[in-house]
Amino acid sequence: MSLNLNQISVEGDSEVLLKDISFNFQPGKIYILIGRTTSGKTSLMRTIAGLLEPTAGEIHLGEVRLDEVPIWERGIAMVYQQFINYPQRTVLNNVEFPLLRAGVSKPEAKARALAMIEKVGLTDFIKRKPSQLSGGQQQRVAIARALVRNTPIILLDEPLMNLDYKLREQLREEFRVLFKGTKDSVTIYATTEPSEALFLGDELLVMHEGRIVQHGKPDFVFQNPSTIDVAQIVNDPPMSILDAELRDSKVSIGDLMHFVTPAHLKSQPDGIYKIGIRASEVVLGGSETNSAEGEVSLSEVSGSETLLYVKLNIGEVVLQLEGIHDYFIGQRVTVSLAPQRIFLFNMDGTLCAAPGN
Amino acid sequence: MKKLSKYLFIILWSIFVITPLSWALVTSFKPASAVNNGATFIPWLQFKPTLDGWKDITGVSGYANLFPALFNSATITFFSTLVSVTLGCMAAYGLSRFSYGWKHYKNPDIIFFFISQRIMPPAVLAVPFFILLKSLNLLDTKLGLVLVLTSGLMPIVVWLLVDFFNQLPKEIDEMAMLEGCNPFEAFVRSILPLSKPGLTVAGMFSIIFGWNDLFFALVLTFTKVQTLPVAVVALNGTVTPFWTLSASAIFSILPLVGLAFVVERFLSKGGFAGAVR
Repeated sequence: MSLNLNQISVEGDSEVLLKDISFNFQPGKIYILIGRTTSGKTSLMRTIAGLLEPTAGEIHLGEVRLDEVPIWERGIAMVYQQFINYPQRTVLNNVEFPLLRAGVSKPEAKARALAMIEKVGLTDFIKRKPSQLSGGQQQRVAIARALVRNTPIILLDEPLMNLDYKLREQLREEFRVLFKGTKDSVTIYATTEPSEALFLGDELLVMHEGRIVQHGKPDFVFQNPSTIDVAQIVNDPPMSILDAELRDSKVSIGDLMHFVTPAHLKSQPDGIYKIGIRASEVVLGGSETNSAEGEVSLSEVSGSETLLYVKLNIGEVVLQLEGIHDYFIGQRVTVSLAPQRIFLFNMDGTLCAAPGN
Repeated sequence: MKKLSKYLFIILWSIFVITPLSWALVTSFKPASAVNNGATFIPWLQFKPTLDGWKDITGVSGYANLFPALFNSATITFFSTLVSVTLGCMAAYGLSRFSYGWKHYKNPDIIFFFISQRIMPPAVLAVPFFILLKSLNLLDTKLGLVLVLTSGLMPIVVWLLVDFFNQLPKEIDEMAMLEGCNPFEAFVRSILPLSKPGLTVAGMFSIIFGWNDLFFALVLTFTKVQTLPVAVVALNGTVTPFWTLSASAIFSILPLVGLAFVVERFLSKGGFAGAVR
């Protein structure tokens, strides 16, 4: 059954949480909600689940008007960012519980729960209580509980958020396999991490300030962010944005960098723009005409990469360098960017041209 | 150093608390000579213990029998605690999870309304309660006293438990609801099993207050229903010797001391570890 949101708005006590959201979710697909922390991802999920009441709009699941069904009859599974399980029940009882509540017979519930527990790799722990498990295992129990019922809607609210890096990657791999078994369900997965979105999603919904600002195939959205906001959200580290001028087939960024307009920007009229460039496409060094000197304001090692924040007199750029490098704050460096990788935005933030693949 | 002063404080405090109790305990076994001829403290060494005091209050010597009063107190405390905790935990859960209100009065005002029942001095309520129970024909009955005590105990229970439920993650009952429980089932099946520590504390408070109540029992019951505090006070006259009074004091706190040992293990923290990391 498809899930249809029709002009959903939600107002909190003092602020608007969701503004006029309409979307049609198809079963068998994984939808990724991506957005910053207060963008409304959780509010949207809670609204679908019935934990938040929409102030306007309708939710339909197939023929059923879902927003008029009480929470406990909606048949929605949800996995929280925190690892929520029933602490007083064993792993097996935790996973059995939703089935028993749904009226499944005891022996069948046990068989299905055991099969699901095996899928998430916790067979050896069925008699343990959640408090006797590690964080990753607790979240697996929660995921097993969510998937065991074959509900028409599965909501996952940043399920990997509270796990350490290694476990996150491991569980992300497993999700791909687990979600294959959910062909009849609409799966909605919220995250702040672009890498999760690109890895798991069939469809990407970018949320910003309570709205869905862009949706489409993840790699399409990644290559063609409709606005600067979207570009910032789907890029981690965020895209660097600088003011630039297009004139006489030349691009000037401040008075420092000048280069011949690259092919993908040739059709743009002359004028003042904002350019965006991904951190991986800013490099150290460069020729005199297309480089600028600046000061390191922050150097951050993450995994096998070094992120360098460099303050130029025309703004700040972020560099993603392979390998681990040692820079001190205030160090002078020269940076340049690849002209053919530039995103061009209007001054109001909408995309004019993208570099393509 | 910090540890030392901590232990020192605990030791001093223990002495402060235990001394009067142990003196009463020792006195309850004293013969007349051990009381009247100067202070004595150590049984067998300074005096020969007797059971005279205890015989006086248990009906053996025919002087007084506190067992019927014990039974009354136990019944009244039990039922008023049962009603207070049963109704109070439901009220507290509702106040913790849902919002109610009328105009600008919201949940905190409702909670304050509950606790305000305790702020009023009981003397203010004595006359209204007397008239109320009289018109209901409940004066000098256990039921009447249970109703009155419940009205005073439930606010404490609600107040304690709202706080307790607020600390339990909301996601647990949300999840139970998503998995097919209506709000009442979610409360019974997912929250109550995690609430043993909170319920124990609220129950203990309720029992202690109910057990110790002298004022309402004195005003609202006469001869048919006599609770332990009333019976002990009634003993307290010039004719009753010290050892008998001491025995009655110890006798009336023994059930609570026993209970404290039983419930102590429910009070352990970490009752809901594993619900949320």
